[in-house]
Amino acid sequence: MAADKAHGTQSVGVDIPWDAVLDWGLALASSGLILSGVFFVLAGALGVLRMPDFFTRMHAAGMTDTLGAEFILFGLILQTGFSQMTLKLLLVAFFLFLTSPTATHAIANAALKSGLKPQLGTYKAPDLSQIEGSSNEADSDKAGGH
Amino acid sequence: MTDGFLLKVYVAATILLMVGMALILVRLIAGPTLYDRALAVNSFGTKIVLFLCMFSLIIGRADGVDIAILYALMNFIATVAILKFFRYRALSEPMAPLPASAKFDALRERRRNERSR
Repeated sequence: MAADKAHGTQSVGVDIPWDAVLDWGLALASSGLILSGVFFVLAGALGVLRMPDFFTRMHAAGMTDTLGAEFILFGLILQTGFSQMTLKLLLVAFFLFLTSPTATHAIANAALKSGLKPQLGTYKAPDLSQIEGSSNEADSDKAGGH
Repeated sequence: MTDGFLLKVYVAATILLMVGMALILVRLIAGPTLYDRALAVNSFGTKIVLFLCMFSLIIGRADGVDIAILYALMNFIATVAILKFFRYRALSEPMAPLPASAKFDALRERRRNERSR
């Protein structure tokens, strides 16, 4: 970094603050990772809330929780530098990476063994116009939903 | 310099995580089957782990991450224990029934005979 700075001052004549550039790069990278992880977690939560069937809900929760948790934890790891906290966060990421799909698989296996059948065939979305009132009525009539 | 920006990002991400936790909580209360509830508990626990890590970075102390490690392990064990309990109505039964093949039955018969001799 010092060599780069010296080189930069010699050739270009502009003193680039490399520390600040590095800090902001790290901050932007970690905030991007954290926010994308939060996006995945929120999408999974919405899927768990809105999906029609247990197995589809399980799919939404299982996939997105693993990826979102890894994104968030690696985003935090970028900010802790080389410290004890980094090791602990790596341990959390490792445990979640192992246990989250295993737990999802265990739940799916238990549900299937207990005789819960997945819904097959085409899915018809619930009619929102009955819930929200007359705001969506024209759209649902066009789609032939009601 | 970047601390204020990062703090804003952390707080925003924590609030969004709490929104996700509320959505999962709705499914946990409204879930029609037991397995929906088990799934919601597992997913809620994962979000609690993330929340603890984020919170301990916000307040700048490493204690929360220890609790997060513990919670990640406990969450998995609790999920498996719940599933096992509601399948066998006990925690001490074997996870899978013994293999019921003819070869295995013969082996068990032979061992029983050896023991009785």
